[in-house]
Amino acid sequence: MTIIIAILVIGVIGLTFGALLGYASVRFKVEGDPLAEQLDALLPQTQCGQCGYPGCKPYAEAVANGEAINKCAPGGDDTIKKIADLMGVEVQPLDGNHETDNTPKVAFIIEEDCIGCTKCIQACPVDAIIGATKQMHTVIIDECTGCDLCVAPCPVDCIEMRPISQTTRNWQWDLNTIPVVQIDEVQIDATPQGKEV
Amino acid sequence: MESVIERIEKGHFWKFHGGIHPPEMKFLTTNKPILQLPMPAELVIPIQQHIGEAGEVIVNIGDAVVKGQALTRSTLPISVPVHAPTSGKISAIEKATIAHPSGLEELCIKLIPDGEDTWRERTICPEYKQLSKSDIIEKISNAGISGMGGAGFPTHIKVSTNAQINYLIINASECEPYITADDLLIREHSSAILDGINILDHLLEPAFILIGIEDNKPEAIQALKNATKDSDKIKVCVLPTQYPVGGEKQLIMALTGTEVPSGVLPTTLGIVMQNIATCFAIADAVIHDTPLIKRVVTVSGQALEKPQNVWALLGTPVEFLLQECGYPQQEKKHIVMGGPMMGFSLPNSQVPIVKTTNCILAPSEQEIPNDNQEVECIRCGQCAEVCPSQLLPQELQWSAKAKDHQQLNTLNLFDCIECGACAYVCPSHIPLVHYYRISKAEIRQQNLLDIKAEKAKVRFEARKLRLEREKLAREEKHKKAAEARKARMNSGTPEANNEKSAVAAALARVKAKKAQASSESTSSTEDSNIAPATEKNPQVAAAIARAKAKKLAAKNRQDTPESQTTENQTSESEESTVKPDIVDDKKAKIAAAVAKAKAKKLATTNKSDETSSTSSEKPKDISPADAKKAKIAAAVAKAKAKKQQADKTKEIEATSDDNVQTSIKDEVAKGDIPDKKARIAAAVAKAKAKKQQAESK
Repeated sequence: MTIIIAILVIGVIGLTFGALLGYASVRFKVEGDPLAEQLDALLPQTQCGQCGYPGCKPYAEAVANGEAINKCAPGGDDTIKKIADLMGVEVQPLDGNHETDNTPKVAFIIEEDCIGCTKCIQACPVDAIIGATKQMHTVIIDECTGCDLCVAPCPVDCIEMRPISQTTRNWQWDLNTIPVVQIDEVQIDATPQGKEV
Repeated sequence: MESVIERIEKGHFWKFHGGIHPPEMKFLTTNKPILQLPMPAELVIPIQQHIGEAGEVIVNIGDAVVKGQALTRSTLPISVPVHAPTSGKISAIEKATIAHPSGLEELCIKLIPDGEDTWRERTICPEYKQLSKSDIIEKISNAGISGMGGAGFPTHIKVSTNAQINYLIINASECEPYITADDLLIREHSSAILDGINILDHLLEPAFILIGIEDNKPEAIQALKNATKDSDKIKVCVLPTQYPVGGEKQLIMALTGTEVPSGVLPTTLGIVMQNIATCFAIADAVIHDTPLIKRVVTVSGQALEKPQNVWALLGTPVEFLLQECGYPQQEKKHIVMGGPMMGFSLPNSQVPIVKTTNCILAPSEQEIPNDNQEVECIRCGQCAEVCPSQLLPQELQWSAKAKDHQQLNTLNLFDCIECGACAYVCPSHIPLVHYYRISKAEIRQQNLLDIKAEKAKVRFEARKLRLEREKLAREEKHKKAAEARKARMNSGTPEANNEKSAVAAALARVKAKKAQASSESTSSTEDSNIAPATEKNPQVAAAIARAKAKKLAAKNRQDTPESQTTENQTSESEESTVKPDIVDDKKAKIAAAVAKAKAKKLATTNKSDETSSTSSEKPKDISPADAKKAKIAAAVAKAKAKKQQADKTKEIEATSDDNVQTSIKDEVAKGDIPDKKARIAAAVAKAKAKKQQAESK
């Protein structure tokens, strides 16, 4: 009799929790893949396709499903480190097939050479090139992600990638290029007191 | 509110957290009047001297300008113009090193003074109270006034607030060592400053005006008290000397006991703060119609023979000021712009004075020994004791070194006012503020990149959606067209029957073509194909011809030179499409592009097709020599083309690409657009070079 009661109790508990879990899975269903979303947020969104996927989101989804984490060339080591942190895996060096030079660049159209073929417009993943058939094209620098995809299709090779120049606005307080000096007050006392300059 | 004023009247003030007492060193310059300088040989005026956006240059090189003439203009709200500090000629508009710690170059206007110092027309307006508030604000904006205390925030934005203002605080504390510019300005021009304060009073209508001044400037305090003795509204508040009481949040705390929360503007608390030098500039601008073209600069330091305050025109090179104050000629110069606590070392002495420059410091070797030995943090906690923003400098330092941006935000890095008090007391000589500045720049950059990435993502998604939509629309259109055709054909009219028979004929042709293709009689294929093709759209015909030509070329490579065949084929097709009356340069360009594209495509097909590469006419190895040869050929062709164009001959021998040649010939015959022709020639040469490369592969 006790055994039957025990089985019944266990059974009821099991059913209850089963029902709870079932309800929760319906009630708190998450649309989409949260991991892929998080990975997508880490990627630089250049949409360059160097990873072999058509854009950053597809690569994020692939990484979520077990693709190698070291294929994002524009993101470089920083992005790999962030992905490794998120995925809880070892940091890997950047895939050897990719260029390691990831200085920020933007496309530039040599306008006098442009024949207006619109091939680059079709190639641009973020619609950062404007122009029309047989009209000169130009790049909206603020929107260009520097993905390089417009360079190859150009029949007259009039697109080049130019590094973004350093201005006072994006200067990074590089200590090596300016002298860091401490002003010392001789008048105070023997112990030198550093001052910020 | 009453209690605040009562406390102030009793001379009781609040205390802000931390603070230090560095040696003041103000005695070097306090005992001499402000010196009027002779005119420098050249003025360098950076077009951006304030926080916000730079204006657009409205003068040209060689223009003669008069004193006070605006040199830039902007429609953006957070922007002020710069003005010509004297009359003269614009000698250059180019990049030059500006007053910025990076020593980077930005766009500057260079002005050679003519010595006349001719003013533009000015309208003196002593009765400013007659003007509307918006007129006054416009005057302030047009005069190019931005905060002269250091940050350089455009003043007209600060004063055009609609909020109810309790306290207008005039910052005259000038707490940094060495600097006495405001002190001297108050002593010599207290009535003009009072005018400026009254204008601000008129604009903002505050309940009280508090002038915060440190107790180490007795003469200035007396001058202010004399000037304001008729006004009950204006209180001169003499604060105990302590660095950095001149910081905005620190001065508000000291005077009103209100702590400005992180990320909140003082305006929301009913407080507006203006620098005392800004008040002087406002009075000049509104009453005397004088834009901001000069300011008082303290030129100090023990390396100078006669350190003193000077009236410097904006754009005066620092070198000129140093010469005037007796700077000894020496090899290694070390000059600091701004005070010793918050200033920065200059990369060279040609940097110009700007609106925010209050001090030029030329310290002697004893004042700055170069044994900057940073050692490990010993966790003494002195930095946290002196931090006026109540941050944890040593924690910040570790996080900054580890580049832990999240932790830095948690520790409120952006509330750091970079006063340098922590670095000053640090027994380990850690340049703390520099670490914070680097981290701030990195975080700002990262935020910008994040915004850009987000934008790129949105644009990418939008583009994908658009392509999807277009594809659907196209399919829909094709479906509709097919249906319409079917309906028409089945309607039974004579036209429908005709069409039906046409379809049947086409089907028959396709069958015939297939049969021919299997029997591999290439020449007959070409004939039978071109015939129906020409009936269609000539462009389609051309495309088909091209495709065929390529196929043919691949097949006939053993018998005939490949390039010739291709080009002959294309030239045929091109000619069929070209109507002589609409021959124009664009077509030539397109032709060149087509040729190039073809060459590219050929190259790829050759690469993929092993047999064709082995049976290639030129069985050479892929060597750099080939590539070089091709390039040389291209260059020769280009040169020849140019020569011919110059001679205006009608025959072009250099190019073997027939179709492009034809169009070029047409143009030569026309005898116009010579530069375009040259470009076409170049493109042709390029295309040929590419083709040759491809072939050799």
